[in-house]
Amino acid sequence: MDKPPLDGQRRKEVLRQCLSVGVATGTYGISFGALSVAAGLSLWQTIALSALLFSGASQFAVVGIVAAGGSGAAAVATSTLLGMRNGLYGLQMSRLLGVSGLRRVAAAQLTIDESTAVGVVQPERSAQRLGFWGTGLAVYVMWNVMTIVGAVVGNALGDPKRFGLDAAAPAAFCALLWPRLKRGDARAVAAVSAVIALVVAPHAPAGIPVLVAALAAIVAGLLPQRVGGAPA
Amino acid sequence: MTLWTTVLLASGLAFALKLLGYVVPHHLLDRPVVSRVTAMLPVALLSALVAVQTFTGQGGVFTLDARAAGLGVAVVALRFRAPFLLVVVLAAATAGTLRALSWG
Repeated sequence: MDKPPLDGQRRKEVLRQCLSVGVATGTYGISFGALSVAAGLSLWQTIALSALLFSGASQFAVVGIVAAGGSGAAAVATSTLLGMRNGLYGLQMSRLLGVSGLRRVAAAQLTIDESTAVGVVQPERSAQRLGFWGTGLAVYVMWNVMTIVGAVVGNALGDPKRFGLDAAAPAAFCALLWPRLKRGDARAVAAVSAVIALVVAPHAPAGIPVLVAALAAIVAGLLPQRVGGAPA
Repeated sequence: MTLWTTVLLASGLAFALKLLGYVVPHHLLDRPVVSRVTAMLPVALLSALVAVQTFTGQGGVFTLDARAAGLGVAVVALRFRAPFLLVVVLAAATAGTLRALSWG
């Protein structure tokens, strides 16, 4: 496969996108760090989640479920279900990147919403690769640095309830959910799963209602697609 | 399960899923039903997390308190396309302020 080098102008353009996404996304690592220590995870456990798990929604889910008194198994299961989309991103990126060995391991670790999005929107193959690696690395560095800042600040704040940190977690989930609600079927799934979770909540240990609600996604995915349901 | 086990197990599984896309034969994952379910999973899970963490209290009982006001402010901020961090800070500030005024 031929890949003509990018000219200077395009290279700059792509790198600027990588950096702006890296800064915008990385900055909210600060809220993850603060919520994580408020949930009772240590500084090192918080750092480990950002460095090793490196997938925002899954990380917020782990600390959210731990904070609510849910079991480790429920936290791991929710985190893993949330991470399944990264496998599909990997499928897309493996075609564009053509990587093997250690580079493949690095690419896999950097495979998240943002790096995939910036990668796949580029028209040229070399820009796709630059977009993916640039964004992945920028987010990785910013996310991990800001996680530490958030954890240190969060530790200093003390009682999380006083500063409304228990409202910060659902707000963070809501902000992660928001861009996924453009389609009508997504909004229906969101509404149904919220109701399921609230109905199950009084009858099941913390963390389980969210997993039961995931059934809504599986049912919606298995249903035959309506004709004319064009993707937005 | 200790906290460290939870952290490392969740991290290991997350990485395994990411790597899976790079190593399994494409035809196994490249099916419409797989992509529909994986697109809907985050929607269902995130929505359920929002609901449970905003509207349940001790024992999972339905509860309306300062967190609901925080979420309301977050939704308004999102409608105005506020950046992530601002949304989170506004929600926390709303709930924190209401509590300081001893409401919720």
